[in-house]
Amino acid sequence: MKLYYTLIIILTGLPLALQAQSPLEKSIKRGSDLYEDFCVSCHMSYGQGIPNVYPPLAKSDFLMQNRKASIKAIKYGQTGEIVVNNKPYIGYMAPPGLSDDEIADVMNYITNTWGNKNTKMITEEEVSLVEK
Amino acid sequence: MRKSISLLTLILITCATCAQQTESEIKAESPVDFHYTTELIVPELNIPWGMAFLPDNSILITEKSGELILFKDNKKTIIQNPPNVYVRGQGGLLDIALHPDYENTGWIYMSYASSEDHEEGGNTALARAKLNNNTLVDFEVLYKAEPNTKKGQHWGSRISFDNDGHIYFSIGDRGNRDENPQDITKDGGKIYRLNDDGSIPSDNPFINTQNAKKAIYSYGHRNPQGMTKHPVTGAIYVNEHGPKGGDEINIIAKGKNYGWPVISYGINYNGTPFTDITEREGMEQPLFYWVPSIAPCGFVIVNSNFYPEWRGNFLVGSLKFQYLERLVVENNQVIKREKLFEHIGRVRNIKQAPNGYLYMAVEGQGIFKIIPNQN
Repeated sequence: MKLYYTLIIILTGLPLALQAQSPLEKSIKRGSDLYEDFCVSCHMSYGQGIPNVYPPLAKSDFLMQNRKASIKAIKYGQTGEIVVNNKPYIGYMAPPGLSDDEIADVMNYITNTWGNKNTKMITEEEVSLVEK
Repeated sequence: MRKSISLLTLILITCATCAQQTESEIKAESPVDFHYTTELIVPELNIPWGMAFLPDNSILITEKSGELILFKDNKKTIIQNPPNVYVRGQGGLLDIALHPDYENTGWIYMSYASSEDHEEGGNTALARAKLNNNTLVDFEVLYKAEPNTKKGQHWGSRISFDNDGHIYFSIGDRGNRDENPQDITKDGGKIYRLNDDGSIPSDNPFINTQNAKKAIYSYGHRNPQGMTKHPVTGAIYVNEHGPKGGDEINIIAKGKNYGWPVISYGINYNGTPFTDITEREGMEQPLFYWVPSIAPCGFVIVNSNFYPEWRGNFLVGSLKFQYLERLVVENNQVIKREKLFEHIGRVRNIKQAPNGYLYMAVEGQGIFKIIPNQN
């Protein structure tokens, strides 16, 4: 009986363990560390931003519907007005100086956290093709 | 019943992991009977991190992206041969200051993120150079913090001179809170003091301490991005970013420990605590702390005749709340705070120019002159 349960645990745990090793999961983990360093002081711990100053990333329509523009903003910085969840933000975000693979990791993290979901993984190559 | 008990337990646990913070006693108010306006003097700048006023009233401006700009006769000129800057996170081309005897020496001092050496990543550097035909010449690196790291956080790095020819500059903890600030054998989380030629003053506090970085003047700092000399006492004052809450104003004294991260009025960005004490013997208390954080940057203590009502007041930029904060200080106590020019944008820098006017640098906009209204 004990053996039976052990087997069940191993068999159900195995795919989970393997899944945790997927490239997307690994990228999200790296992205989480980069987020804590480069993004958190403005966009905050739960991606909520600061009202009227820094736009939210959590459940952000801009982020989830404008994949290329979001990559571009991180790669080259963001100027001028953008509208996020029906609210305008007029600010300047300096390019944080991340490499293309790091931008992919951050994008995979922020598009898969705080209720956001994006199964189509962002790759270094995709970031490299985004032009100014 | 059981359900409500477990819910209650859950609530209790949640509350226990959220640290309680005491808000600043003095709250920032909107001014009444305000008679100052701003005039945009230098338009179209992105992150005007530092500025220095030359004797001919032209302005040297650093852009974080690495450009050094000379604004003269209403025209911007890009200065050639600027420092080789490593743009990463909060790092880039940072502060700029003139030698107190600039007219005779010609020295211009700059702090910046540098990847000098052979490792990847970077750390804060201080250099000096002279300006000749819109080109920097005689460039010398005076200090370069080690080791290089790819962390994007907390480079410092404001520059000030005291009345005795020393140069002071700050380097933040470089995102290594638990190793750098409390260790005087490591760079980061420090205020440094050098002679104007980069040599180490013989009376620096740790000059005889084995393995210490001899340039250190004080330690236990997080990320000071405001520094100024008190116009009356000549003491060096800094303001520094806390994490979530716990920004501070400190008067810098020789060899002192300002406590980061052992003591702090701040908590982690995610709301969890990293320390439960705000004071300890042998560690300095701030002159003032901000809870919630305003994200202070730039610092001046006003002594110009153009602003008699503000004489002796502290002015500090707020990046987070996008105003200029005026703090009225009596006997080293903040007794009043005001939000000036609300919604103007992220205030990166504030300086009093030799002509007596205050100039404020705002991200995404440029440099504003603060003008007292007539009548």
